[in-house]
Amino acid sequence: MKKNWPILVVDDEEVMCESLAAWLREDGYRVDTAPNGQKALELARATDYAICFVDLKMPGGMDGIETMMEIHRVRPEASIIIITAYATVDTAIQAMKEGAQEYIVKPCNPQEISMLVSRILKLKKLQSENAILRKKLTRQYRHHDVITKNPRMEEILALTQDVASLRSTVLIRGESGTGKELIARAVHFSGNRADKPFIVVSCAALTETLLESELFGYEKGAFTGAATQAKGKFELADGGTIFLDEIGDISPKLQADLLRVLQERRFYRVGGTQEIEVDVRVIAATNKNLAEEIQQGRFREDLYYRLNVIEIRLPPLRERREDIPMLAEHFVQRISSELGRDVAGITAEALKMLIAYDWPGNVRELENVIERAIVTCHNGKLDEQEFSWLQRGGAQPQRWEIPDISLGELERRAIVAALERKHGNVKEASSALGIDRSTLYDKLKRYEISHRG
Amino acid sequence: MNELCLVPIGSVPASALEWIESATSEWFPLPIRRLPAIPIPAGAYDAKRGQYQSVEIMKMLAQSAPHDAARVLGVTDVDLAIPMLTFLFGQAQFEGPVAVVSLCRLHQEFYGLPGQESLLRERTVKEVLHELGHTFGLVHCSDSRCPMSLATHIEFVDAKAEQYCARCGLHLAQRFAREEGI
Repeated sequence: MKKNWPILVVDDEEVMCESLAAWLREDGYRVDTAPNGQKALELARATDYAICFVDLKMPGGMDGIETMMEIHRVRPEASIIIITAYATVDTAIQAMKEGAQEYIVKPCNPQEISMLVSRILKLKKLQSENAILRKKLTRQYRHHDVITKNPRMEEILALTQDVASLRSTVLIRGESGTGKELIARAVHFSGNRADKPFIVVSCAALTETLLESELFGYEKGAFTGAATQAKGKFELADGGTIFLDEIGDISPKLQADLLRVLQERRFYRVGGTQEIEVDVRVIAATNKNLAEEIQQGRFREDLYYRLNVIEIRLPPLRERREDIPMLAEHFVQRISSELGRDVAGITAEALKMLIAYDWPGNVRELENVIERAIVTCHNGKLDEQEFSWLQRGGAQPQRWEIPDISLGELERRAIVAALERKHGNVKEASSALGIDRSTLYDKLKRYEISHRG
Repeated sequence: MNELCLVPIGSVPASALEWIESATSEWFPLPIRRLPAIPIPAGAYDAKRGQYQSVEIMKMLAQSAPHDAARVLGVTDVDLAIPMLTFLFGQAQFEGPVAVVSLCRLHQEFYGLPGQESLLRERTVKEVLHELGHTFGLVHCSDSRCPMSLATHIEFVDAKAEQYCARCGLHLAQRFAREEGI
């Protein structure tokens, strides 16, 4: 936890800087030091310090109050503690007026400084928890809430911003757990519909008739149990966005109804005779290969083209492994705060394991794994032991991607790989492949593979 | 050499050095070598405060210790401070080789009370475990019974046990098992 709250000490006296920094490091904080205001500002631009201890009197250049004001300009959230050996009421008042959180006179009692730091950080922790919980409650995610440094994801985020204020339909494709709903929310809440409803419908969860009344609403008496008129999700989303998750699972009849809504933005409630017009942006998502579904006759081609105006394909987590450390740290911070557990982070060895794992369940699986680790963690830091079960195969089997090649090519590659593993030994390679030696020789000839041994 | 070098700074009672040797040999798998006492560096004295700047003492310890020492623990009877704080029971380089412990405020006499050797021994052991713990990567512990908890008052030192809590003890054991940092 403490590592999440870096501290900066700014003082022209090296002894003062280094000794205070060393004392705070013993408490587990990450501490940087700066000998003047310029250097402090440079460091503050790169790191979001929770607390900055700033000496009031620094010769030449910026004094403590100027330094504090400049730091506040780049890091408005940083708490500044002004240090001085010249305690006067005037300077204290000036420093507080300009935004210093506290004012201490050196030398001070160790208990005083320890309590001051923990009081400030307690407040910061509460503020951070509040922001996390508020975001979770409202789920108003925007593009900057997506944690990534993966170039493909960055392109996707740029695209979500570009299309946020358009009404064009968006189709989001990606494996389960890649964050399709998060991206849909980012599109909605970054655009001019942000203050209008964002309605989620999970198409796979409901039967055809239930989904129909869920989407379009129904009139009183439309079916047994329809005691009153009810608005459907399309009407509720009027002016905003409807997110149709798992669109690949809807029935042919609903596909036809949906096509009509997309073309005309009009529909009838179930059992209704009055046409209802809505202004709704549609974002659909699927983990299915819709092109294949079309070939199999399970999905309408015309609906596919209506949906696929702007296509976003989210990469699986194993194709953006560079994001795993940031995502893992984010989940540790969020989940430990939600569960009230004091977990400082993840060890470098454990991170290596997380990066190496294939994550068939993607970001959602990573989130669940971190939660499980936090619950079972007793060391204050998540280490390899917490994730050792991942290496034993984990909860789900590892996925093997078969490339888009012919069966013959697949066989040829398997033979080459077996020969390489067995250093060209045909007898051992044939045994590994489960065929006899003469068959392997035949295949070597057929595929024109040379071997040694 | 992988030794823990014990360095008296100025005049330090021999009994204190024996207590320290006994406690450190129990917790740290390093041979302990007692080096000859060194004088308190004159530059460390802060006349205004009547105290000694621990940064100067640590600098001198680092210079005077054998190059191949795994850890250097200085022990002194003078009162230590840093510019920002009114006093220190001791100081250590976090994950570094040098630490210093002051016995000054561990004596009952400092608080105007009659001396009590058994209490001085307990306090000395706790503070030595605390500072050496820092050099092996332990940060302050939230368990007030653990020697690694932060003591800003002598009462807090007295509330500590003479052995690490399970968590800090495990950290050290794992570190020594990996033969890291020794």
